[in-house]
Order: sequence, then structure tokens, then C-alpha cells
Amino acid sequence: MASGSVADQEGQVMLLGFWFSAFVKRVEWALKLKGIEYDYVEEDLANKSTLLLTSNPIHKKVPVLIHNGNPIAESLVIIEYIDETWKQNTILPQDPYERAMARFWANFIEQKVTEPIREALVSQGEQQEKKVKELKEAMEVVEGEAKAKLNDKTLFFGGGNGVGYVDIVLGWTCNWMETIEEVGGFKVLDPESQPQFHKWMANVREVPFIKTTLEPKEKLVEFFRMVRQDRLGLVANK
Amino acid sequence: MAGSEVKVLGTWASPFALRVHIALGIKSVKYEWVEENLEAKSQLLLESNPINKQVPVLIHHHKPICESLAILQYIDEAWPSAPSILPSDPYHRAVARFWAAYIDHKWFTWLKGVASAEGAEAKKAALDQVREGLVVVEEAFGKCSKGKDFFSGDRIGYLDIVLGCFLGWLYVAEKRNDVKLLDEEKMPGLAAWAIKFCLDGAVKNVMPDKDELLDYANMVFQAMAMAKAKLNAPPNY
Repeated sequence: MASGSVADQEGQVMLLGFWFSAFVKRVEWALKLKGIEYDYVEEDLANKSTLLLTSNPIHKKVPVLIHNGNPIAESLVIIEYIDETWKQNTILPQDPYERAMARFWANFIEQKVTEPIREALVSQGEQQEKKVKELKEAMEVVEGEAKAKLNDKTLFFGGGNGVGYVDIVLGWTCNWMETIEEVGGFKVLDPESQPQFHKWMANVREVPFIKTTLEPKEKLVEFFRMVRQDRLGLVANK
Repeated sequence: MAGSEVKVLGTWASPFALRVHIALGIKSVKYEWVEENLEAKSQLLLESNPINKQVPVLIHHHKPICESLAILQYIDEAWPSAPSILPSDPYHRAVARFWAAYIDHKWFTWLKGVASAEGAEAKKAALDQVREGLVVVEEAFGKCSKGKDFFSGDRIGYLDIVLGCFLGWLYVAEKRNDVKLLDEEKMPGLAAWAIKFCLDGAVKNVMPDKDELLDYANMVFQAMAMAKAKLNAPPNY
């Protein structure tokens, strides 16, 4: 099915994903921000399609964006590709220095928040405590940046009223963070010591094209509970 | 003074700092290099990179940029005249970024794993993993280079810099463990590429001498081993 609702870029856009994946949602947010029509293919974790396995043979993971038959993998790589291919509603800033800052923060978020929380989800005891400590320290830095950049007029890291790259990269926290805390049995979020960050999360949740994609928390909790139990070899607690 | 407009905070042994050296060389940008002492970081470094306190940092018009991949892309964008570092086509840029992420997050982690592996079996497994990673990158080289000398084609570019900066440390791992990792038989493309990369005009004068790097590595690892032995030593009654 040919799509591409914007004049300057024809060609079919397909996104391979899992409903529970925050990385997939990031790409969906980027596509929706640009008003790009795409075909979404829900993959089966236990039975990955040939298309997925041939499109991303190295990691065999979602998200994979397929545009004009070309597969692109890794959520941050995909988002930059989307921004460079479709010129409307820019995601990254235009100025090279601001772009470098946005990329710096994206890397910080991935290394210090996204990765450790995934590790905290599937660990326990001392190992988990170590990750939670790392996360708390990282959140101090995030709150610091939120305090510095956000106010009543500037709701998002992208500047002004629109979400940008950093918002899209960090946006998963508005839904998945509480979920993983509940499943993993730890606490990193703290409205008292992270007031600006909590304001930002609330604003992200209300962005129309993000709001409609957020999965119900109970559904996510059930799924990630299964993941944790599976990884830790725990008996299912129903 | 044009040179003071661009400053790089780095260390001679850091592969990530080497990336910045090479990229600025490709663009023929004059810069001042500040050799940092990681045991006694300068005030400038701590102020320029308060979050990670690491090298490299590029300072341009008094504004600091951190993270080597962000720096490489900044250099390409701030000095847009040819030669370019990233490809111009968005899909090829995505391919280059994908492999840069693989090299930094997977392959380099495995290379570091060789140093931290304890025991002969663990060392062998770690070395095998590094080698397997190179086989994967060999295939990527074939696809990206399309028969030309470099990942980027006729001239060195993003991916060449991203992988090439590790050649010295790869040599260190080979010598310290008495193995071949960059194997001409298993990875003929990469083996040939490595030689050409090291001879490139933007690389040969800034790449650290690999035997100096080996001496330095031996010193660092010995110091680490001694510190560890002290920790584990029985108390002196």
C-alpha cells in the first residue's frame, strides 16, 4: 500500500514493533509528529517474522523502519533518519551546537537511565540496588537539566510548546518508569525531589499523539512481570 | 588567533579523543590540543563536561561539546564544506550510525572485556567474541565500501574514524594475549582497510605509536594488578 502523505517523500513506510516496547513507541511518536502515514506490523516475540529477521539480522530486534524497501534499525538511528528524510516539524534543532547538545543528552539518557532501568527490571538484591543507586544519581542530573531548561513557557526540552528529540528519547519514562518500578519492587521516581521532571512527564502524557499510544499500565505491568519472572526463574505469582 | 577558537581536551591514549583529532584534520581546522591528566583533571575539563568529566571535549567559540560521536557530527555540521565526514544520503547516514552504535556499544565492550576477563577460559571466550565481532564488521565493510578502500568510499569518513580509532588498542590486545584478532584470512577487507586507514593524511600524524601504546597499557595493567594484589594480600602481622 503506497503511502507518504507529504509531497516530497513518496514510498511505503512500514514499522515492525511490539506493543509493549518503549523503543518502538519513540519511533511512532517521531512518525506521528511529522504526520507520516505508516503500516504498523505487530511482531510476535516468540515467533519473529522472516521480515524482521532479514531486516535486522544483527540484533533481530524491533523497532525496524522499512522505507522504500530499505530497513533501518536502532530507535535513535531511525529517529534521525526520519528527521532527515521528512523536513516538516523538525525533531532535532537546526543549530549544530544545539544538535550536539541534543545528541549528548540522548546518549546520557540511554546509558544512564534506559539501560540501568532495564537491568534493574531483571535483577534483584545487591545487583538491583546498584542499578537503583545509579538511576537515582542520573535522575538528579535529569532534574537539574529540567530545572535549567523548562518553565511555564517552555514545557519541553525541544523548546516552547513542541516536543523535540530529547523529549521523544526520554518520553518513555512517563508510562514505563512507574510500571518497571512496580514490577521490579524499587523506587526511583520522587515528586518531591524531581518536581520539574514530574511536570514534564505530565505534559508529555498530554501530547495528543503520545496520549493515544500509551498502553494501560495494568497491561504493561502484567507483561513486564512475566519478563522479570522469566529472567529470574521465579515462580509465577498470580 | 584562529587556533584558539577551537580547543580539544583529550589524552594521547584515548581512542575517542583520537576521533576528534582525525575529524578536525579531515576538515583542515586549526585547533589547540590540551593534553589532560586523568588523575588530575583540569578545571576547564571539569567545567566543560561536569556530567561525565571525561575526554574528549571540543570547545568551539567557548562552547563545549562532549561525547565523541556527537562531536564528530558537530564537526561535520559546523564546517560543512567538503570533505564531508558523514554520507549525504539519509539512508547511508543511518547505516553508518547503526554500525557506529554496534562498534561502540557491542564490539568495544567486548574488547574491554578481554582486559577484565580472569582465567584462561574467560580470556579465550572474550577474545573469540572480539574476533566474531570483527567478522560481522567485515561483512558490513563489504557492503558499505562497495569495493573501495574505506567504509565511506574513496576517502575516510564517519565509520572509518569510529572503528579506526581502536586499531592501536586492538594491537595492544593482540600483543598482550599473544593472539591475532584482525586476521588477514578471516577479515581480508578489514585487514587491508586498517593499513590504508593508518596511512591516511588525517590519521598518520595523530595516531599514537602502537608500541608506545603497548608500553603504556602494560604499565597501567601492571599498576592495576599491583593495586589488586595489595587489596587481596593477607594482613601483615
